Amino acid sequence: MLTLEHIVWNLPDREGILNDVDLTVTSGKLVVVTGPNGGGKTTLAKVVAGIEKPSSGRIIFEGQDITDMDVTQRAKLGIAYAFQQPVRFKGLTVKDLLELSAGRALEENVLCSYLRKVGLCANEYIDRELNAGLSGGEMKRIEIASVLARNAKLSIFDEPEAGIDLWSFSRLVETFEELRQQKRGTLLVISHQERILSIADEIVVIADGKIREAGPKEQVWPLLFASERASLCPLGRENAKIDAMRRECHDQER
Amino acid sequence: MKMNQITEELLKAVSDFKGEFKGAFNIRENGGCAGRQSTEHIRIESRKEGPGIVVHIMPGTKGETVYIPACVNQGGIHDLVYNDFYVGEGADVIIVAGCGVHTDDEEEARHDGIHRFFLEKNAHVLYQEKHLGTGKGDGRKRIDPVTDVALAEGAGLEMDTVQLGGVDYSCRKTRAKLAANARLIVRERIMTDGIEKAVTDFDVVMEGDNSGVELISRSVARGNSYQEFKSCIHGLARCTGHSSCDAILVDNGTVNAMPALEASNVDAELIHEAAIGKIAGEQILKLRTLGLTEEEAQERIIAGFLK
Repeated sequence: MLTLEHIVWNLPDREGILNDVDLTVTSGKLVVVTGPNGGGKTTLAKVVAGIEKPSSGRIIFEGQDITDMDVTQRAKLGIAYAFQQPVRFKGLTVKDLLELSAGRALEENVLCSYLRKVGLCANEYIDRELNAGLSGGEMKRIEIASVLARNAKLSIFDEPEAGIDLWSFSRLVETFEELRQQKRGTLLVISHQERILSIADEIVVIADGKIREAGPKEQVWPLLFASERASLCPLGRENAKIDAMRRECHDQER
Repeated sequence: MKMNQITEELLKAVSDFKGEFKGAFNIRENGGCAGRQSTEHIRIESRKEGPGIVVHIMPGTKGETVYIPACVNQGGIHDLVYNDFYVGEGADVIIVAGCGVHTDDEEEARHDGIHRFFLEKNAHVLYQEKHLGTGKGDGRKRIDPVTDVALAEGAGLEMDTVQLGGVDYSCRKTRAKLAANARLIVRERIMTDGIEKAVTDFDVVMEGDNSGVELISRSVARGNSYQEFKSCIHGLARCTGHSSCDAILVDNGTVNAMPALEASNVDAELIHEAAIGKIAGEQILKLRTLGLTEEEAQERIIAGFLK
């Protein structure tokens, strides 16, 4: 359903943030993109959502070339994006955001169901403003709920685990599993978390702006966690980054 | 009730008029009385001197609403009115004011409402007012409300004031004195566009221990409009005061915020905040990821901000 062809994305003072990235995402799959910090994961997600425009290359979504489409057009086509750093609004409530996401008015029980999926005690939150009165973790979970409410064909989550507590994280993993089992759209999740990697259908490893490995979990997982990782990252410095990533994963898990 | 159509439309916008008011009301139209009704607990009578009304709310009155909207439906009228509200001990009521001015010619339509509130011990009032200017004329639509508040011990006033748009010039002055344990909350939302100008001026004196005030102003200045926010909270006792002015600038709008605090008691806790800026790009972007265009996102953010 999604194909990236030779995607390049450069900064004015730094080339190769994404460097000739080819990637195919199959419909209905849970695809987890992982890799060391600064490797290009978030940029990749933003390029797919239309938040960033590639320097070159093509993006095909459900057979349609969307490379030149802006973020609004892509959203209308069915691409949803959960920000790594949620945005606060004075005057907009949680209910407002979820209804804007769904594109319609929502019954209270429906609003609550989305909030429960991210571990929030729903009734307490519906009428709260998305302002400084909510903690970072609460905002993060509401951001994820806003993407769930979209019921999009392709939902992109940029480090959904960042800033939320362990209990809510467990609930979030369950939600991703439910979505995958129910085949409710395709999920593209940027994550370092071993538990999220463990429920993936496919894993993509990106480092230094290049896809280092992509394939079924069963194929990529052993490469990520094997003691010998030469096949995944032939360069020594890449091995060091993967090691650091593994340590980060395990630290967060603990 | 037979009513001028423009007046009726203005009443709908500023006081939720739906063909009639239930309970006590006084409708003012072009400087005259277009309808009045008292109830068992709320008596409305004309002032003995000068234009305006006196509203007496009996002690212990609860759950009733008083409507006192005023409209100017043509140019060339400057309506000046003095309304006094005496709210008895322990009463808890809603007062819906609201003012609409309309002109279809080059002459000014203007309303100046001077409202004085005297709340007895432990009385509570929710005071709602909306202001609106309409009409195709070049004549200025002007509203200058003055609100004077005296809160006795334990009394509370919540004031919810909204300028809906179309008002070329407004100057709101609010003065309040708070006795012990009294509480004042003011929520103000103002939208200006074109070359409109809106001035807000609060002066609150907390004289009694454990009194408190919260002034919350949210405004949007679009086009080439200008807004001025002035507030001064005086803490003369052990009290708490907070004022916040949040403003969004769109196009070439200008906002001048001047919050001030004055404390003469070591236990007075006073805070002010003022923030002026454009709509954050990330807010627009978030709503665009939900399928809104940039323009739709901006309007939704403004609507929410002023809600």
